[in-house]
Amino acid sequence: MSIKGMVLKRLAAGIVTVFLVSILIFLSIEALPGDPATAILGQQATPENLAALRKELKLDLPPHTRYLSWLGNFVQGDLGTSLSNKRPVNEVIGWRFSNTLFLAFSAALVAVPLAIIFGMIAALFRERWPDRILSMGSLAAISFPEFFVGYILIYIFSIKLGLLPSVATIQASMPFWTKINIIILPCFTLLLVVMAHMMRMTRAAIIGVLTSPYIEMAKLKGVSEWPIIIKHAIPNVLSPIINVVVMDLAWLIVGVVVVEVVFVYPGLGQLLVDSVAKRDLPVVQASGLIFAATYILLNLTADILAIITNPKLRHISE
Amino acid sequence: MTFIKLLKQAPLSAKIGMVIILINVAAALLAPVIAPYEEAQKVGSVWLTPGQDHLMGTDQVGRDLFTRMLYGARNTISIAFIITCIAFAIGSGLGLLAATVEGYLDSMLSRLVDIIMAFPPLILALMVLSIFGTSIPILIFVIALIDSTKVYRLARALAMDIRALEFVEVARLRGEGLLWIIRREILPNAAPALIAEFGLRFSFVFLFISALSFLGLGLQPPTADWGSMVRENAGAIAFGITIPIYPAAAIAFLTIGINLVVDWFLQRSAQIRAQ
Amino acid sequence: MDNILKIDNLTIKGYWDGNTTVLLEDIDLQLNRGEVLGIIGESGAGKSTLGLAAMGYTRDGCDITEGSVMFDGKELVDATKKELTQLRGSNIAYVAQSAAASFNPAHRLVQQFAETPVRHGHMTFKQAKQKAEKLYKRLNLPFPDSIGYRYPHQVSGGQLQRAMIAMALGCDPDIVVFDEPTTALDVTTQIEVLAAIRDAIKINNTAALYITHDLAVVSQVADRVMVLRHGRLVEDGETREMLENPKEQYTKDLLNVRRQKCDNTKSHKEVVLEIQGVDAGYYPGQNIVEDIDFKIFRGQNVAVVGESGSGKTTLARVITGLLPPNKGKVLFDSKSVSPDVRQRSLNTLRRLQMIYQMPDVALNPRQKIRRIIGRPLEFYSGLSGKAKKKKVHKLLDMIELPSHYYDRYPSELSGGQKQRICIARALAAEPDLIICDEITSALDQLVAEEILKLLQKLQTELGMSYLFITHDLATVKAIADEVIVMYKGNIVEQGNKKDMFDSPDHDYTELLLSSVPEMDPDWLDNLLLKREKVS
Repeated sequence: MSIKGMVLKRLAAGIVTVFLVSILIFLSIEALPGDPATAILGQQATPENLAALRKELKLDLPPHTRYLSWLGNFVQGDLGTSLSNKRPVNEVIGWRFSNTLFLAFSAALVAVPLAIIFGMIAALFRERWPDRILSMGSLAAISFPEFFVGYILIYIFSIKLGLLPSVATIQASMPFWTKINIIILPCFTLLLVVMAHMMRMTRAAIIGVLTSPYIEMAKLKGVSEWPIIIKHAIPNVLSPIINVVVMDLAWLIVGVVVVEVVFVYPGLGQLLVDSVAKRDLPVVQASGLIFAATYILLNLTADILAIITNPKLRHISE
Repeated sequence: MTFIKLLKQAPLSAKIGMVIILINVAAALLAPVIAPYEEAQKVGSVWLTPGQDHLMGTDQVGRDLFTRMLYGARNTISIAFIITCIAFAIGSGLGLLAATVEGYLDSMLSRLVDIIMAFPPLILALMVLSIFGTSIPILIFVIALIDSTKVYRLARALAMDIRALEFVEVARLRGEGLLWIIRREILPNAAPALIAEFGLRFSFVFLFISALSFLGLGLQPPTADWGSMVRENAGAIAFGITIPIYPAAAIAFLTIGINLVVDWFLQRSAQIRAQ
Repeated sequence: MDNILKIDNLTIKGYWDGNTTVLLEDIDLQLNRGEVLGIIGESGAGKSTLGLAAMGYTRDGCDITEGSVMFDGKELVDATKKELTQLRGSNIAYVAQSAAASFNPAHRLVQQFAETPVRHGHMTFKQAKQKAEKLYKRLNLPFPDSIGYRYPHQVSGGQLQRAMIAMALGCDPDIVVFDEPTTALDVTTQIEVLAAIRDAIKINNTAALYITHDLAVVSQVADRVMVLRHGRLVEDGETREMLENPKEQYTKDLLNVRRQKCDNTKSHKEVVLEIQGVDAGYYPGQNIVEDIDFKIFRGQNVAVVGESGSGKTTLARVITGLLPPNKGKVLFDSKSVSPDVRQRSLNTLRRLQMIYQMPDVALNPRQKIRRIIGRPLEFYSGLSGKAKKKKVHKLLDMIELPSHYYDRYPSELSGGQKQRICIARALAAEPDLIICDEITSALDQLVAEEILKLLQKLQTELGMSYLFITHDLATVKAIADEVIVMYKGNIVEQGNKKDMFDSPDHDYTELLLSSVPEMDPDWLDNLLLKREKVS
């Protein structure tokens, strides 16, 4: 199969997945036991607000019509109305999502280069002390729950040293550097967790290439150490590393949920958790779909980049 | 090789891991015996500092924290263990079957797993909980479902690799039945990797359920559980009280222990394969 | 003497998991300018380690513990990294067994060719490119002026191997180390590469170390031969001298492998297996094999010969019922049997057994020998308890393994012993026909010969038929009565072995048979001469 064909096939699979996921999310309301409106409002339901909710959820229409109109509205940016505070969902979500992206992006900006550098160091010093230290460190980071790291950091940097704020309630009106100062701790928590996996995978990818016969051949051809790494190892290691990095970014977007709760950061994750507790379904649906779509999109990007950057596949059709 | 001999050969890191796991298992099993107070008994005022009466102090409503920690181990570990077992039974059973039978069953199951895995696990769990509310059966169901997809993938991939080996073809040509082939030829060869995976999956489930509890959507009060304890006592940190860090540290401690053992196990089976 | 390479008293040790293994012990070697030294040995003889050591290189986990490697008067064992880097590629070059794995997939062939000459400052890229074209032409690569712009995975295995030889010769080195350069190739391709290697080193008067397990191959190119075993020198000498007068028993054994021939002239009456008009492939309408017709008689040995891609393995899968054919029939005892293994009766399954190429993966590593051999006994004949145990011991005896192997795991056995267990497992079913799929190609030559002898002995005792699927014509010569030659999915010729070897009818059979190297130093010259005359 040509490389174009492979990319198109993966792209199509990604789109189909987003569709299926949207159907599942839509069906989540359908799956409510009994009458969804009663289930949502519970015992305090009066006949009037039951009827209002039914109309709001368009329960009087057949499911497929409701799905299509829901999806149509969704694409146009109309995400429905929040049940808890009666505001339009997109109004509630928009700012929060941008906050989440801001936090995740800042963490990624630091985590990706650091993880790759550490991974390279660990691979080049394989089985020696820099590798041992890094691998113990990453094992610990993988094992720690985000809230453990978060509260330790708060305890040290905010409570004991008083250097940084313990609560990251940013506001739209704040100047940029104030925002950065506020998100340092959540950012650091997030990047510790993501970096560990990224670093381990980078290390494995580099070691895989360094032990391949063509690297031995390059040594036997009289190529010295650095040209071997730059000319022979990197072109082949790029593909798996890019794949891992982008896939871990997908994880980061999701990992943000717990961190936001720890630092009371006004992001989409915290909103989702609050809405689940309140059973505010339109908000849960919308934020769930946004998280899922971002996750699927990043995974899709990871796969496509891996196909495009794989030297064996790249020159297949020449 | 005997089991004892195997344990003796383990590197220091794995031994430390085993000790950590043993401590936790002991705490979980013996909680009612060791614990000085009842699980939900209020014994003093709020957030007392550690002292003679209360080894770790008291929590946000004045319960003995040490008692809560012991019961927390009991509750969190046992539910994580049950979930992992269920996920394993479903995931490895279906995975081995799909790889051996192939055809429709395989492609249907694999597509289904693809869809479930397209969801970020935490988001999927949150959405399900938002619909059905939080209860222990729902928690068990949703986490076991998410986790079984990963076990399925691994079991299927392992079985596919083993199935391609000629001793399985020999059994097929001999006329052996499907179950015999899975049980006698495939399973024994997939077992080491599956056992290591059990450790990994357990630590994942354990962290996952702790995260849900921390978010207030896992085990519900007054049941003691480490994730919820972090959440309930989180406010204390602002006063410089370290109480919420104890249960968080307990979670980290056990997960590290498991990972140390699993790492050793994975390295060992990789070496065996290379020989 | 003008030694370009002189190795004295070389000992190399390997370290794994805290264990130390001696890979090479006390090896001396001299190589003169322009001379080709063959290094021969079975697996584990340390020949690759020696080849790499000649370049001052050891793999990770190995160390030169003693001795010296002098290249052109310069000690390599304690040379600096920089000195070695400058030497490698320019003065000593290396050709690996698998060109496909040894070329970097990310760069074009000519870029990889030019790397050493440009980096070491011998040529500009343009000069290197011209040199590459010249060498590609000399090595008979197609489109020598453009093939360099391809990526490694865009050319065939034989061409890639030649491109690697060209790369090694790029800086006109004093020595080239060839590490099994033709082992991964088909016989007909092997000839071309072998001839290319010989010409290339002759023209430049390059010295070479030629490492291989195949004495017949090495006798075509080497002036002198060194025989290694378990890391030690067995004997060395001039090629012709050694072929005619080997001193050590081990060398004699190696030499005798290819010379053994036997003529089985038996009369065959009863047909065991018949294949009628079979077309088969993995998708309907896409046949990998076509128009297959043949019969196997009781007690007969039939060999299906062909190179990779000829469809011989597909044919075996059709017979066993793993791949139901698109057209045609499989008959057992003149009775048609189901094309699908799942619908065959137990008795049919029992009568057809199979032995595989890799005994390592043909035995379940988690089952003990008694279980592996015992299972067919209980499955087909319902034996259990003492009767089963007795039978397993009897089978162990038949395959000439001691009875205490009863309680062992396959990992405790050597390759040849595992293959014997596979034979015993097949015998346990008391079959009428055993399909032997490349059963000797993963084994060392001496071990392979023992296995073939055992099969012959068992046939005399039990009278079953064998169907050999193989690319190795030496096996065919040794054991077959009847030969079927396959090429690109078709049978091009079939008939009595002797007739076919004496006067092949089909051009491809002729090409195939004549391509098998013989232990005669003049064989390649004569063959090339003959082929030139014909064309």
